[in-house]
Amino acid sequence: MAIRTENNKAWLFVIPVVLLVAFNAVVPLMTVVNYSVQETFGDNLFFWHGLGWFEDVLRSERFHASLARQLLFTGIILAIEIPLGVMIALTMPKKGPWVPVCLVLMALPLLIPWNVVGAMWNIFALPEIGFLGYVLNEIGFDYNMTQSPLAAWFTVVLMDVWHWTSLVVLLAYAGLISIPDAYYQAAKIDGAGRFAVFRHIQLPKMKQVLTIAILLRFMDSFMIYTEPFVLTGGGPGNSTTFLSIDLVKIALGQFDLGPAAAMSLIYFLITLGVSWVFYTIMTRHDVR
Amino acid sequence: MMRLTKYTPVLYIIFLMLPIYWLLNMSFKTTNEILGGFSLYPQEFTLVNYKTILTDPTWYMGYVNSMLYVSFNTVISVAAALPAAYAFSRFRFLGDKHLFFWLLTNRMAPPAVFALPFFQLYSAVELFDTHIAVALAHCLFNIPLAVWILEGFMSGVPKELDETAYVDGYSFPRFFFKIFVPTITAGIGVAAFFCFMFSWVELLLAKTLTSVDAKPIAATMTRTASTSGYELGLLAAAGSLTIVPGAFVIYFVRNYIAKGFALGRV
Amino acid sequence: MATIALDKLRHSYMADPQAPEDWALKEVDINWSDGGAYALLGPSGCGKTTLLNIISGLVTPSEGRILFNGQDVTHLPPDQRNIAQVFQFPVIYDTMTVYDNLAFPLRNRRVDEAKVDRRVREISEMLELDDMIDRRAAGLSPDAKQKISMGRGLVRDDVNVIMFDEPLTVIDPHLKWKLRSKLKELHQRVGVTMIYVTHDQTEALTFADQVVVMQDGEVVQLGTPVDLFERPGHTFVGHFIGSPGMNVLPCDMRDGRAFFADTQVSIENGVQGLKGDERLELGVRPEFVRFADTGIPAEIIKVADTGRNQLVEARAQGQRINVLVPEGESVPSEGAHLMFDPNKTRVYANGWLVEG
Repeated sequence: MAIRTENNKAWLFVIPVVLLVAFNAVVPLMTVVNYSVQETFGDNLFFWHGLGWFEDVLRSERFHASLARQLLFTGIILAIEIPLGVMIALTMPKKGPWVPVCLVLMALPLLIPWNVVGAMWNIFALPEIGFLGYVLNEIGFDYNMTQSPLAAWFTVVLMDVWHWTSLVVLLAYAGLISIPDAYYQAAKIDGAGRFAVFRHIQLPKMKQVLTIAILLRFMDSFMIYTEPFVLTGGGPGNSTTFLSIDLVKIALGQFDLGPAAAMSLIYFLITLGVSWVFYTIMTRHDVR
Repeated sequence: MMRLTKYTPVLYIIFLMLPIYWLLNMSFKTTNEILGGFSLYPQEFTLVNYKTILTDPTWYMGYVNSMLYVSFNTVISVAAALPAAYAFSRFRFLGDKHLFFWLLTNRMAPPAVFALPFFQLYSAVELFDTHIAVALAHCLFNIPLAVWILEGFMSGVPKELDETAYVDGYSFPRFFFKIFVPTITAGIGVAAFFCFMFSWVELLLAKTLTSVDAKPIAATMTRTASTSGYELGLLAAAGSLTIVPGAFVIYFVRNYIAKGFALGRV
Repeated sequence: MATIALDKLRHSYMADPQAPEDWALKEVDINWSDGGAYALLGPSGCGKTTLLNIISGLVTPSEGRILFNGQDVTHLPPDQRNIAQVFQFPVIYDTMTVYDNLAFPLRNRRVDEAKVDRRVREISEMLELDDMIDRRAAGLSPDAKQKISMGRGLVRDDVNVIMFDEPLTVIDPHLKWKLRSKLKELHQRVGVTMIYVTHDQTEALTFADQVVVMQDGEVVQLGTPVDLFERPGHTFVGHFIGSPGMNVLPCDMRDGRAFFADTQVSIENGVQGLKGDERLELGVRPEFVRFADTGIPAEIIKVADTGRNQLVEARAQGQRINVLVPEGESVPSEGAHLMFDPNKTRVYANGWLVEG
C-alpha cells in the first residue's frame, strides 16, 4: 500500500459515514442495552433489573433450542455450499462466449428479494401443486413441509443452497481465473496430476476468496430471517425457528422488551465473536 | 468422468432455473387452475394476474416504493462512502483502524436485533413509513460495504496522481471529481451494484419501518399469502415481476461480475 | 541431452488461417545440437514464445514436426518430452518449502526419497538456495523464487532441454546480471541444452553461443553473437542489435554498382543475383562510418557525448545517418563528408542480405 500521510483533517471526510452509521447503530444499540437491564410493568415505568434478563435468556431452554437449531442449520449450510460452490467453479469454462451467460444465470438467485425466495419455494414445495412437492410425492416420499419437521428442514436447506451457493461459485471463480496459465503449464511439465494441481495451485490461490465466502455465508446464514420465515413460518411447530425468527417473535410479537433486548445483545455478540475470528485470519494475509 | 464435469455448470443452472420457471408457470395461470391440478405449463395461458398488478395501485406502488428507497439508499451510501474511502486509502489518522473495523462490524449485525429499536427510533424522529427511513436504515449495512469496496479500488490508484494534480494547482474538489473519480468508475459501479442488491432484497427492516405510504412490494406480497385469500396466481405474478429489476442489473454488469466479486482486493 | 530439429514448423492460432498475418509462425527449420546455449531473440509478437511453447509441448503446431534425437515428439505432451520450462514470473508452489518445491517433479515421477534428497541438495547448493531450503517458498524474493523455478528444471536428470521464457522480467535490474551469470555458470556445469527467449539483446548476446533472431514469425538470422553484429543477414537484425542499430539507407544500383545520394559506395557483398525489382537498401553500422574529406556530403545535426565515444546524428539527402566517433577524434563542424567502410557495408534486397 502506498505511504499514507498523517492527516487528522481526514476526519472531515469520514464524518458523513460516521453520522449515518452511528445514527443507525449507536442509538438503537443504546436503546437495546437500556432495555436489557431494565424491567417494566407497563405505563413506561422502568426498574433496574441488572443482568437478570441475560441470565434468564442464557438459561432458557427456548434460547438453547433456537441456538442449537441455528448452529445446526449454519453447519449444514457451510458444509454443503462451500464445497459445492468450489466444485462448480472448478468446472466452469475460463474463457469464451458462454462465460457471461453462465455468470448472469448463476447470479440471478442472488438478486431476488428474500421474501420472494421464500414464497417461490413455498409454492414449489406444495405437495400437490408445486413441482418439488408433486415429484417427491410421486416418487414415494411422504413429503409435506407443513407437517413433517424433516421435510421442513430439507426444504429450508435446499432453498438456502439454491439461493446462496452462487455467491460461493462467483467468489471461487473470481479466485480461479486470476491464476495465470503458466502455473498450469508448469504443473504439467512437473508431471503433477489433477488432484495435485488442485491441492497445490488452485486451493492456495483461492484461499482469500474462500475466506470471504465462508465469512459471508456464516454471517448471513447465522442471521437468516426472511426466507425461512416466509417458507415455513418457523414450523411446523418451532422446528425451523432459528435465532432471528425467535427473536423477532419475542420482540415484535410479544413485546417482551427486556428478554428480547438481552437476547439481541447475546446474539450480536456471538455473531461478532465468530466473525472477528474469521476477520483476523483474513486480514493476516492482507499484510503486504 | 470428464463428461460429467463439463455438464456440471449446465446441471446447476437447470437446478437454479427450475423454481423460477415454476413461479413463471404459476403466474400465467389463474388461481383456480393452479389449485385444480398439477401441470408443467399453463393449460389456459392468462395474463390476468399481471393485469391486476399493473393496474392496481396497492400492487404497483409496492414496486415503485421499493425502487425508490433502493435508489435513495444507493445514492446516499455511495456518496457518503466516497470521501470516507478516500480518507482510509490516503491518510493515516487517529483511530482509523478502529473506525474501519467498527464499520465492518455493522455488516455483522443481525437485522433482527435492530427491528424493534429501529421501529422506535424512526417513529421518534417522525420518519416512520417514509422511503427515506428505509433508505437510511439500510445504510447501516450498505455504507460499510461501500466503503470497503471503494477503499479497495482506490488503493489501486497510485498516489502520484494526487500529487501531480496538487502540483498542477488543482483545488481538492476539482481534483477529486474531475480526475480521481473517473479512475475508479469500476469501483463505484461495483459498490453501487452491491448496495442496490442488498437493499433490494432485504425485507425485515423494510417491512418494519413502513406501513402504507412507503410499503415495499414485499409487504404487499405477504398480505396475499395469509390463509384467507391465498391467491397463488397473483402471488406468483408479483414475485416474477420482482425478478425483473435484478435481472436487468445483472445483465448490465455481466462483464464485471467475476471481477467485482473479487472486490478488487483479491 | 538431445539434438532438437524443427522441421517445416508453421503455426496459427486461428482455426482457418487465410492470409500470412494469420500465421504466428510462418515457417521454421532449425537444427540445434546437443548441449548448446541458444537464444531466441526478437520483439514482442515475433513468435518466439509460440516457438518455445511448441518445443516444450504446451502447443501443438498446425504444421510440421519437431524431433528430439531424431524421434518425432510433435504430439507428445510436455511431461513426456523430458523438458523443463522457466516462465516470465516465478511459478512456485506457495504452500511448500523450497525443498519440497525442488523435490516435486521427482516425487511425481516416483523417484525414491534417497535420490530425491541427494538431487535436491545438489541443485540447491548450485543455485545458492541451501541456506533457505527449509523456508516456505511463498515469502521469498522474486529472484530466489526464479531460482527455485530454475531448480525444478535442473533437478531432473533426464531433461533434454531447459527453456527460459524471458525469465528476468520481474527481477530487479541490479540483480539481473547476477542471475544471468548464474545461468551461464549453470550451463557450463550441467551441459544441458538451454533455449533462452528474450527481447533484450544484451541478455541474448551474453548468454548464447548461437542466437536465433525472429521477426513476424520467421527466423531472420541464426548465428553467433559476433556474426549477428558483424554481418547482419537482415536489416532487422542490423537494426535490432547494437546500440544504436545499423544505419539502413535507400540505395539504387547502376551498372552493378551501389549508389547512395548519387555517390558510389563500395560494398562487401556480391550483387549478381539481383533481379532489379527489389527494394534496395544499404546497411552499415555507425561504428563503421567515418568522417573524411571526400565521400557523401552530410550535415551535422546533433552530437551526443556518451563517454567512451561520441554519437553524431548526421543527415544526407534527407536520410538520418548515425556515426559513432571514438574518443579523441574530432567531429567536423561543417562541410562534412562521410565514408562507409567497404568491408562492413552491404546491400540488402527487401530486407535480406544479398548473397552473390
